[in-house]
Amino acid sequence: MTTMHNNQPDNKIMIKLVVGTEAMFFLCLIMAFIYMAYHSGFEPHELNQLDLRTTGIYTLALIASSFTLLLADRCLKKEKMRGLKGWLCLTLLLGATFLFGQGKEYIRLIRGSVTLNGSVFGSSFFTLTGFHGLHVFIGLVILSIILLLAFLGDYDKTVGRGSALSTAAIYWHFVDIVWIVVFAVVYVLPEFTRL
Amino acid sequence: MEELVTIPEPDRPFPGLGVSSNQGLLQWISSVDHKMIGIMYLLVSLLFFLIGGLLALFMRVQLALPLNHFLGPEAYNQFFTMHGTTMIFFVAMPAVFGFSVYFVPLMIGANEMAFPRLNAFGLWLTFFGGLLLYFSFLAGGAPDAGWFNYAPLNEKNYSIGPGIDYYAMGLLISGIGSVVTSVNLIVTILNYRVKGMALHKLPLFVWMVLVNSFLLLAAFPSLNAALAMLLLDRQFNAHFFNTGSGGSALLWQHLFWIFGHPEVYILILPPFGILSEVFQVFSRKPIFGYPFVAASSVAIALLAFGVWAHHMFAVGLGNPVNTFFSASSMLIGIPTGVKVFNWLATMYGGKIRFSVSMLFAIAFLIEFTIGGLSGIAFSIVPIDWQLTDTYYVVAHIHYVFIGGTIFGLLSGLFYWFPKMTGKMLDERAGKWFFWLFVIGFNGTFLVQHALGMLGMPRRVYTYPALPAYGILNFISTAGAFLMGGSVLLLVFIIRRSLKRGREAGDDPWDAYTLEWAAASPPALKNFDTLPVVTGRRPFWDMKLAARKRPLPGDPINAATNPPHTKKTGDDYDAQ
Repeated sequence: MTTMHNNQPDNKIMIKLVVGTEAMFFLCLIMAFIYMAYHSGFEPHELNQLDLRTTGIYTLALIASSFTLLLADRCLKKEKMRGLKGWLCLTLLLGATFLFGQGKEYIRLIRGSVTLNGSVFGSSFFTLTGFHGLHVFIGLVILSIILLLAFLGDYDKTVGRGSALSTAAIYWHFVDIVWIVVFAVVYVLPEFTRL
Repeated sequence: MEELVTIPEPDRPFPGLGVSSNQGLLQWISSVDHKMIGIMYLLVSLLFFLIGGLLALFMRVQLALPLNHFLGPEAYNQFFTMHGTTMIFFVAMPAVFGFSVYFVPLMIGANEMAFPRLNAFGLWLTFFGGLLLYFSFLAGGAPDAGWFNYAPLNEKNYSIGPGIDYYAMGLLISGIGSVVTSVNLIVTILNYRVKGMALHKLPLFVWMVLVNSFLLLAAFPSLNAALAMLLLDRQFNAHFFNTGSGGSALLWQHLFWIFGHPEVYILILPPFGILSEVFQVFSRKPIFGYPFVAASSVAIALLAFGVWAHHMFAVGLGNPVNTFFSASSMLIGIPTGVKVFNWLATMYGGKIRFSVSMLFAIAFLIEFTIGGLSGIAFSIVPIDWQLTDTYYVVAHIHYVFIGGTIFGLLSGLFYWFPKMTGKMLDERAGKWFFWLFVIGFNGTFLVQHALGMLGMPRRVYTYPALPAYGILNFISTAGAFLMGGSVLLLVFIIRRSLKRGREAGDDPWDAYTLEWAAASPPALKNFDTLPVVTGRRPFWDMKLAARKRPLPGDPINAATNPPHTKKTGDDYDAQ
């Protein structure tokens, strides 16, 4: 890298671009969800099976995981490796909790015969939340790798890899924000308006 | 000018360097060098160009005579679908990326892309995406619902064969490849420019690639989302596009064209960049109105997202929607028109050299303007209603894709071939190729405007013997064969020039930008040192400075004193 262009490191720009293009991807899925709601109309008895309160609690877990990741990053900057490991573990735990909640909800819905191939609502719902769940899972894999490196003592801010955590964090926060929008559209909005 | 910048090595060691050149093919497959990857992109493009062209010739044979039965309707549907899909996703895209990953680092004075391995990943995703698409022929039938693959024709109850599944998976895979390559190009352009090369001094080709990469990042997710939904529909019986069970066929059209219209600009902006270089060098003048050329690209990129529904005028979206998209479509003609005038003004008063590269650039101006005008005609809703789904559309799309994208890419090929290979691409035979190709191209597609106005529908495998249909179609077929023959000539010219072409030297065109400061072909390490960039024609400035003060051993005086980065074929072996 040449001296004149005091830009951010390559990784940071890269992940921001990836996040941007992923945002467009989720925008398309969310628009498709809304389009389907108005075009075909969702069956109220299917929509009513969504559990706002339980999912809301799991949503809080995901939001909390963004804050624990921020704390982990701060520990890394201060070279407190124990704090880094602790906060990272908690982040992973919260992320996994969210996925667990999503899995439980899926099972409940499928038992209530809301399925991917059952109705327009099922298709839209499982595609949108499923792609989001996949992104949470990918985030967990990335963070686990960093955690593993930290436990092996092979990770600190001096060895160039330092930007890996803050890069992964940008992705993780993005996944978090996407969920807030998805939650608002899929769970909260039907409470106020007829989707 | 005294200050020389040392061009840094890439940050990370290359994983492929353990392989030496006497391992032949393995060296190419394992390579992460941006130049080798660029050449492989171009070869992938050429391979699919020959296949896609062959499909087109089969179709033209079928259409040569009325009520012909050379191809049945099933085969014809598969052939026109594969032709369109191949030409757009596996010819034009890889060619654009090939020139981009080869020349962007060279033109900004860098030694590598920002992420060399990601670069290779993008190439192989594109290539295997194409192979997967073509595997459908073996798996029970190619996709047959057109390159835009309209719902509900793309659903299981209309297309039972696996073709559409291969279409979706092939495009999804190559689409991810395109996205990662664009990310890579943007990071490279933002972070690896040589000292002094501010964004307003970027070569215009690099500018266009930068704008284009952002456009691609914004547009491709829409296609990928649509393809993912289509796969869910077909594989797991979801209900997105299946009108029979509550889905919406229109949703596919919206998602596809929100991608599809920016896509046509994605395919034309880099050729615009190539032409902006070619017009300067072969007119011996700097570009006229650099800020306008650069800014109009940004305008195109932004407007590109506001015009998609002009592909859907016949759907019945209502007059307010149609009027909005009609107006926005006329609006987007303006920044493109601005560029055409910039290029004309660049040529005006210049000392024009009619090399093959310049000939293609000039022909581009004429052919692309024809395509642009027939496009503006479509933005007028009643005309669109009259002409939609006729051969007029076929003529229009080929005037912008061949007359625009392909002419621009061929101009780039003749311009940069000496840099990539060290040999000149035979200019005399090249002129033969140029004229045969241009005559064949116009012979094929000019008459199709008339066919469209006579009402001949596209995508129908044959037609009745109505007055003028037969003769116009026959002319079109004859033109297609002329074009096909000229492409064979091009392959022959490339082969012969590689074997016994004239040595090019490092700077055969007396050019302006930094890629010509490297050796031809560039060594594995493009540059050792470069002076700080002060103007928009950095290599020209280097040559001027060298002429004023010729210092012994000055690495910048390429004309009289071969730079010490000069490399021979042995150097590759030594790497």
